[in-house]
Amino acid sequence: MSTQLDAALRSQIESLFPRYPTRQAVVLPALHLVHERLGWTPIEAIVELAELLGLAPSQVQDTLSFYGFFKQDRPQGRYRVWVCRSIACAPCGGEELLEHLCKRLGIRPGETTADGRVTLEFAECLGACDQAPALLVNDTLHGNMTREKLERLMETWR
Amino acid sequence: MSYERVLLANVEKPNSHTLAVYEAGGGYRALRRALKELSPADLVAMVKASGLRGRGGAGFPTGQKWLFLPKDFSGPIYLCVNADESEPGTFVNRVQMELDPHQVLEGVLLSCYATRAGTAYIYLRYEYGLCWRRMQAALDECRAAGYLGQNILGSRFSVNVHLHRGAAAYVCGEETGLIESLEGKRAWPRIKPPFPAVEGLFRKPTVVNNVETLCCVKHIVDRGVEWFRSMGTPPDPALPHDHGSFGPKLFGLSGHVARPGCYEAPLGITVRELIDRLGGGVRDGRKAKAAVLGGLSTGVISESEFDTPLNFTAPGRVGCLGLGTGCVTVFDETYSMVDFLHNSCRFFAHESCGQCTPCREGARWALEILDRIRAGRGRPSDLDLLQEIGDNLGIAPGTTICGLADGAAWPIKTTLRKFREEFQRAVSGRWPVAGETDPSSIFSTPGH
Ligand SMILES: Cc1cc2nc3c(=O)[nH]c(=O)nc-3n(C[C@H](O)[C@H](O)[C@H](O)COP(=O)(O)O)c2cc1C
Ligand code: SF4
Ligand code: FES
Repeated sequence: MSTQLDAALRSQIESLFPRYPTRQAVVLPALHLVHERLGWTPIEAIVELAELLGLAPSQVQDTLSFYGFFKQDRPQGRYRVWVCRSIACAPCGGEELLEHLCKRLGIRPGETTADGRVTLEFAECLGACDQAPALLVNDTLHGNMTREKLERLMETWR
Repeated sequence: MSYERVLLANVEKPNSHTLAVYEAGGGYRALRRALKELSPADLVAMVKASGLRGRGGAGFPTGQKWLFLPKDFSGPIYLCVNADESEPGTFVNRVQMELDPHQVLEGVLLSCYATRAGTAYIYLRYEYGLCWRRMQAALDECRAAGYLGQNILGSRFSVNVHLHRGAAAYVCGEETGLIESLEGKRAWPRIKPPFPAVEGLFRKPTVVNNVETLCCVKHIVDRGVEWFRSMGTPPDPALPHDHGSFGPKLFGLSGHVARPGCYEAPLGITVRELIDRLGGGVRDGRKAKAAVLGGLSTGVISESEFDTPLNFTAPGRVGCLGLGTGCVTVFDETYSMVDFLHNSCRFFAHESCGQCTPCREGARWALEILDRIRAGRGRPSDLDLLQEIGDNLGIAPGTTICGLADGAAWPIKTTLRKFREEFQRAVSGRWPVAGETDPSSIFSTPGH
């Protein structure tokens, strides 16, 4: 009996099948859908996903484990925040920004706030170097960050 | 010097991302014309004659790449659009996809027509959420208008285009890493040959091209080969294998500059012109010390080398890997090159896929040495050791499968050679050299 992937999610995944000549090619887009819905990709969901795709669970798990993006230790915060630490942001205040966020949230990179709201991470170059320092919230880029802008942004993380 | 922007012609128009605005500016004219007047072979010949070279980093001649596809192949051929853009310092494809997604799609469609690809996958890095939404909307508009799908514009040309989302791994930008990732596997680059043109995605003939390369294809069809070749740097007679550097190019500018941004200029503009004329000079009236010349992998130049033209040959003359992505990151006199190199090594140690020992171990080893130097425990012999690691990593010395390791090596080699004195001061106990850094901070960790 299915517990992790509900009917809607299954049909969303199945609608991707015609796009690719193999079912394995659906793994990455399907993992994104699962992560989006559940907030993480627990092993139980992987077993069900593998069955849906006609693959061995180990095949899906092998792919998943390559991409640090998908998490299996716990549900991620509703707001996943990645602060860029790469070559343009670091000299333009990116490291101070991350340090400040750590203090404000009381967590370190890789951790989630106790209320499950925010997960903090550092990121390699986000491709927003013209707006250094930059950070990403879920999949939205925020550039030219200052402490003031950060405070305003944090108010929207509810 | 007045220069008419073509790649960025639309970006300042309101609603530049919509079909109506794109068509009002002459959009899809090139596709209409090609489907009526040109055969796929004509198109390949035009692209070859234009001298267009890939904008994704390696600078390979695009027409030549397309000609590697098997002739009269009866099975499926794929086009993979490389929109993974994860080279540190690089962001120009993002600007194109956010602000002018139809330009990208017209380039994709023309390139599918030329290469007889029936399906294109656009491999887009996860972080580009706005690009994802804009490209998705553009695809929908395109399909509704008859530019995409079966029998496009009443012709016999049919093509499917799908967006495929990455998951934050730099090595997915390497063309065979991209292919493996698209197939739903870990993004482990393949040993070549076979090259993708012969055996690529799903083991079928495949072309992998960068977003900006495909946009250039559109403008070559629209404005002609002569127009494209009227810009740039002709081949250097002293270099028998130089194909020249023709056409317009997008240059990203970031770091300590007054006006960071995405600029368009003919290939061959110098780093100094880019920084001073387009970027308004160094920020806060300071002096520049160094710059990354074309994305982190290409290495650094010192301020005295800023007159280097940004084309496919000149960067090699100042000891860099090449033009790379054409994205320049500037560091002013207050920034420590030890910090820079530490950042670079941390990146490559984090992103190495781990298949090749020299890359996996070398990048991490270099990071450990730099951690030690920044903790004030550097030894004079560390500098030679670092240099040795840098010299032995990569496809060029022949020790690895893919170019990620070369990318790790060039910043090490160029920074150590050009800023050796700064490193010598750091290992002789006078760290920090510039700026205060807490070596035990969170920034030392390579991450997961
Ligand atoms: C580690 C690594 C990462 C790369 N990342 C990208 C990338 O993000 N985008 C890109 O277009 N090319 C990237 N490349 C270059 C591709 O392998 C390939 O040369 C390019 O996509 C070909 O397209 P082009 O000829 O149109 O430039 C990367 C190469 C390496 C070795
Ligand atoms: S060079 Fe590095 S990234 Fe490339 S295949 Fe080898 S280990 Fe992987
Ligand atoms: S260096 Fe931070 S976005 Fe590129």
